[in-house]
Amino acid sequence: MSGAKMETPMTTTTVSMTVNGKQVSADVENRTLLVQYLRESLGLTGTHVGCDTSQCGACTIYVNGLPIKSCTMLARQADGAEVTTIEGLADGDTLHPMQEAFRENHALQCGFCTPGMVMSAIGIVERNKDSLDEKTVRHELEGNFCRCTGYHNIVKAILAAHKEMTA
Amino acid sequence: MYDFNYKRASSVDDATASVAEADEGKFVAGGMTLLPTLKQRLAQPSDLVDLADLGDLIGITVNDSTVTIGAMTPHAVVNASADVQKAIPALAKLAGLIGDPMVRNRGTIGGSISNNDPAADYPSAVVGLGATVHTNKREIAGDDFFVGLFETALEEDELVTKVVFPVPDKAAYMKFPNPASRYAIVGTFVSQGPQGTRVAVTGAGSHVFRQSDMEAALEANFASEAVENIKQDDSDLNTDIHASAEYRAHLVTIMAKRAVAEANG
Repeated sequence: MSGAKMETPMTTTTVSMTVNGKQVSADVENRTLLVQYLRESLGLTGTHVGCDTSQCGACTIYVNGLPIKSCTMLARQADGAEVTTIEGLADGDTLHPMQEAFRENHALQCGFCTPGMVMSAIGIVERNKDSLDEKTVRHELEGNFCRCTGYHNIVKAILAAHKEMTA
Repeated sequence: MYDFNYKRASSVDDATASVAEADEGKFVAGGMTLLPTLKQRLAQPSDLVDLADLGDLIGITVNDSTVTIGAMTPHAVVNASADVQKAIPALAKLAGLIGDPMVRNRGTIGGSISNNDPAADYPSAVVGLGATVHTNKREIAGDDFFVGLFETALEEDELVTKVVFPVPDKAAYMKFPNPASRYAIVGTFVSQGPQGTRVAVTGAGSHVFRQSDMEAALEANFASEAVENIKQDDSDLNTDIHASAEYRAHLVTIMAKRAVAEANG
């Protein structure tokens, strides 16, 4: 600590949670964001940080069964939680139906927003199991920004995955 | 972010005592505004007291005359509640217009009104429906709750526990959202019912306010024509990169007119 000038001494706490079915734990500062915990402590770099202001949705993951923005949650708030990231979707070499639909429909170009898009898209299907139309998809994608595709193929992919996932 | 102490409260009393004991304690509910604020180093609380484990503060109760929403109830739950959709559809709709699906899974009504962002949606419903805010200490009339920019009637260690909304005869909320953040550039909540005729405006000023000229006009005739020529004075309204005060004043009338039309179905 020599030479460090800090008003509050930084304390670390061990945070444990289930990530993609595996029990994990790491020491974090109180201010560590969940996305930092995933990327830097666990090496799960599939979850991206785009805007870092909870608008763009690139950091979307599942916590306790619901999609949330991991750049706007503290790791400590997720202590004991069940977390699913993009890395937890595929079953071995078999892609999740949403990932497969993105591939089939060319729903990405640069791919930066894609992990968040896919996680958010699964939420759209889960909220609209009975029926899903284009208007609803477009509305519910309001929290995910894509700067390449113009969204059109993303919408197509989500509608295709909806068919697959609810068949 | 500056570092801070973090604690998960085990009860309302534990939460309020923890904030009272801290140098500069802050409650964190969903954190949808607080965490971005901390990330920008716009605030430096010594302690965050997390309310996530206070399950008693989550839930919705509806009867013939009121809708009661627990402070820790997320927006997504209010939006999806069949009971709220039936009793006060405007309130369910408003909850579904906040942020985006991921934000609505975390953000709570208690957090929204306690933070009192000038562009938040819920304050317009609290004032626009004449709701009552319950805290661990007292009941506060919605009209007296929001007192300034990010400022409420709450004391430092006072915690919102629930909000009780009287069921109106008719109501609607119309907002002109910022296309990126979905915050209200202007949002207008209108209602008619047991709390009289109300027009509450968010996004336009330092905090939510009632538009009394429009309320008087609607009291006489609850029709969109009654408000379409009423101009909002722009002298105290907000100007920022998104909209000028003049534009916001214009939007107040447009949103009021559309809200009345929707309320009349």
